[in-house]
Order: sequence, then C-alpha cells, then structure tokens
Amino acid sequence: MYEVNYHRATSVEEAAALFAKAGDAKFVAGGQTLIPTMKQHLAAPSDLVDLRHITALKGITVSGGQVTIGAGTTHAEVAGSAQLRSACAAICDLAGHIGDPAVRHMGTLGGSIANNDPAADYPAAMVALNAAIRTNKRTLAAEDFFTGLFETALEADEIIVSVSFQAPAKCAYAKFPNPASRYAMAGVFVARGTDGSVRVGVTGAGSSGVFRHSGMERALAANWSTGALDNVSVDENMMLSDIHGDAAYRANLVKVMAKRAVAAAG
Amino acid sequence: MATVTLTVNGKKVSGEVEDRTLLVQFLRENLNLTGTHVGCDTSQCGACVVHMDGKAIKSCTTLAVQAAGSAITTIEGLADGTQLHPVQAAFREHHGLQCGFCTPGMIMTAVDMINRHKANGSKLDEKTIRAELEGNICRCTGYHNIVRAIEAANAAMA
Ligand SMILES: Cc1cc2nc3c(=O)[nH]c(=O)nc-3n(C[C@H](O)[C@H](O)[C@H](O)COP(=O)(O)OP(=O)(O)OC[C@H]3O[C@@H](n4cnc5c(N)ncnc54)[C@H](O)[C@@H]3O)c2cc1C
Ligand code: FES
Ligand code: FES
Repeated sequence: MYEVNYHRATSVEEAAALFAKAGDAKFVAGGQTLIPTMKQHLAAPSDLVDLRHITALKGITVSGGQVTIGAGTTHAEVAGSAQLRSACAAICDLAGHIGDPAVRHMGTLGGSIANNDPAADYPAAMVALNAAIRTNKRTLAAEDFFTGLFETALEADEIIVSVSFQAPAKCAYAKFPNPASRYAMAGVFVARGTDGSVRVGVTGAGSSGVFRHSGMERALAANWSTGALDNVSVDENMMLSDIHGDAAYRANLVKVMAKRAVAAAG
Repeated sequence: MATVTLTVNGKKVSGEVEDRTLLVQFLRENLNLTGTHVGCDTSQCGACVVHMDGKAIKSCTTLAVQAAGSAITTIEGLADGTQLHPVQAAFREHHGLQCGFCTPGMIMTAVDMINRHKANGSKLDEKTIRAELEGNICRCTGYHNIVRAIEAANAAMA
C-alpha cells in the first residue's frame, strides 16, 4: 500500500472539515472494499478520514413502517436487528449473506452503496425499496443515486448519513452467488408496496449496474405470482458477459432469481 | 507515523507505525505475535482473523491506526496458561488441522461463531458451521474435521 495519512472523525461535520483540509482524501468506513483496493494499488488516496467512530451514522429505527438505517451500520448489525426483521426481514437476510462473518462485522451499508459495485447486494434493495438516501448535503432517490458501474451521484466530499424507506407489504431477495467470490452473479429484490405497486431491483447482471425491470414490475403488479414472470423477457443486450457467465446465462438467471424471490416473499 | 495504543490479549501496548501499516503487520512485526497468519492479498482466506472488541475481523483488511483504542484478541490470547481454550482442545482432539497454517484464523472464527450463536440463542448445527466458515480457507483438511471440532467445542462450551 502507498503511504497515507489517517484521520479519525467523531462527527459528520468534523469528517467534512478533515476531508476539506486534506489533499486527495477518501472516507473510510468498514474498509472492507477500500483497504483491499489500496493494497492492490488500485486506489491511492493521500488521506483517509475514518467515519467508523461517528455515532450519528449508526443505528436502525423503525416507526410506523418507516425504516431508517444509519450509513455506518454494519452488515452484521442489519442482519441481527430483531426490530428491522419484523418490518423488513428481506434486508436482514440480504445483509446476512454478504461476504463472510468477519466482513460483515466491519462492512457498512453506506460503504456498500457508495462503492456501487455492480455485483453488490444492497443496491438492488435500495432501488426496489425506493429508498431515500440522505447525505450531509441533500436527499436523493436510490434510482438517481446509482449512476453506473462503481458510479454514484455522490460528490467526492459528500457523506451518506442514512437511508430510509417505507417497509413494503411483501418483499424478498434472491441471490445466485458466484461460487468463488460469493458476490452476486444475479440478485433480484422484489417488493410489493401496501398500495399493491411492485418494484424489482436487479444487481450483478446488468452491464450498467443495478437496474429496475419494468416488464417484471408490470407483470407482478397485475398478478403477484411466479407464473406471471413466465412470459416476461429479460434483454440479453443489457447483461454483463464475462468468464463467470455470458449474457444469455445471466438473463436467464435474472428470471430464475426473480421467481425465487417472489416465491420467498409469498 | 503515528503512535497507536491498544489492548492486545489483555495488555496495554503502544507502538510507532506508519499510518498504512496493517493491523496484522503490527501484531506480527511490532509485537512478535506471529500466530496470526497472512494467507492472501485479497481479504478472502481468513488466516489473519483476530477479535476486535469481541468480534472476528480480518487483521489484513484493517489498519493498525483504525484499531487504535480497541481491544484485540489473537490466537496467543486464548489459552489460560497451559490450559488450552476448549476450541483449541477440540481442534487437537478431532484432528482439525494438518499443516496448521489456516488454524489460528479458523479457531478465532470458531470462537466468535460459538459465542455469537450462544448469545442470540440460535442453534449451531453442521450446516450453519459450514456457512459461517465461508471466509476461512483450508488447503489441507477438506474441512470435515474442522467442522467436527467446532461441533465438539460448541457442545463443550454449552
Ligand atoms: C471477502 C469479501 C467478500 C465480500 N462479499 C460481498 C458480497 O457478497 N456482497 C456485497 O455486496 N459486498 C461484498 N463485499 C464488500 C463489502 O460489503 C464491503 O463492506 C462494502 O462494499 C463496503 O463497505 P465498507 O463499509 O467496508 O466501505 P469502505 O471500504 O470503507 O469504503 C468503500 C467506499 O465507500 C466510501 N464510503 C464509505 N462510507 C461512506 C459514507 N458514509 N459516505 C460516503 N462515502 C462512503 C469510501 O470512501 C469508499 O470509496 C465483500 C468484501 C470482501 C472483502
Ligand atoms: S490474509 Fe487476511 S484474509 Fe487472507
Ligand atoms: S491445515 Fe493446512 S491450510 Fe488448513
């Protein structure tokens, strides 16, 4: 790893001030993406501003179906929250299948969505749950937040504070993990709102990152059943194609995962 | 350079490190605690697992400065004098190791998983143990006896 200067912040304001003073700084939360990337010399920030000790970024609140999760909440905390499980179990299960236990003890929701790896799990949930992503500057809808492969609408000095969403009537996430990395080859999050509206978020498969599948959403809004997806087509031209799976394979996986998710949501 | 102060295996320690120093380097090179191993460059093998404030983490994916102020437990901190920790004893009894390279990380992961499942009252069966070992790679044993050892230790620690 190249040399770096480390700073620890205890408030969002302090983190922003430390960032502004530094040269080419980056925020670090759990470090479970950034540290490996720095070890491989694929990132070389001059300074790191550590967000892990900011209590205002941590915690989960659920009130009247409105869920708010602090950006600094770890995958293990999301997976283990009984309160969240009773409102939206699918997001707990999603977090509980990210990486391995040690990664889940450090890795955070904010770090995952800021990184927007096309194979990461949380982006599918954020899009399907129509989450509002609050930063220290503004609030963005999930769909406007994720802009491409490893790309988000975040400015370099912008800090994600929390994400909020209304717990849906039903939802589930189905992931086909890459057998080696366990990242998603295709992951589909389906959510049916209390008003009957349906949103489907797809990760791992799309060539420009996470996306909504409007064909599936229409079919499931008309008829919430796995059979409703039989005649929906998934466009191969939109799929990633690599050594792990070609576009046709991934397009099929998306449909299979969507069906599994609908079946699991009940 | 930074001075980091933390508690390692119950003792307060400090050291001068560069900010880029990984926790595992600090443990091995500054403190001579070479039980914690490095098996990969990609955060995937789990040979480096230690506990930070009671939770299993990868010491190759954490900077020493990030760990400043925390309490770290390494494999050297598990035994009580000559009395092996029940998980260590179970690995010996059930032949849960061959070359032993992955073993410190396996044992630290196993202790964490047993404690966690005990704390939340959930059952630690064979399937769960295998899923919990997702982040620990062993090139020798085929995992079978590691799983047996963890099952036995879990029963012994009930
Ligand atoms: C072995 C392994 C397996 C994994 N498997 C999976 C998997 O199956 N699925 C999956 O989805 N992920 C997986 N991951 C990635 C993991 O989920 C990371 O925890 C996550 O991607 C990044 O979170 P972090 O808190 O560690 O962020 P960091 O690594 O600290 O930061 C990542 C990026 O986010 C930025 N950032 C962090 N917090 C904020 C914030 N609050 N505001 C603005 N920017 C911020 C940082 O500047 C950096 O650019 C895996 C990682 C490893 C090492
Ligand atoms: S050395 Fe830490 S995961 Fe391999
Ligand atoms: S015993 Fe040799 S790597 Fe596990």
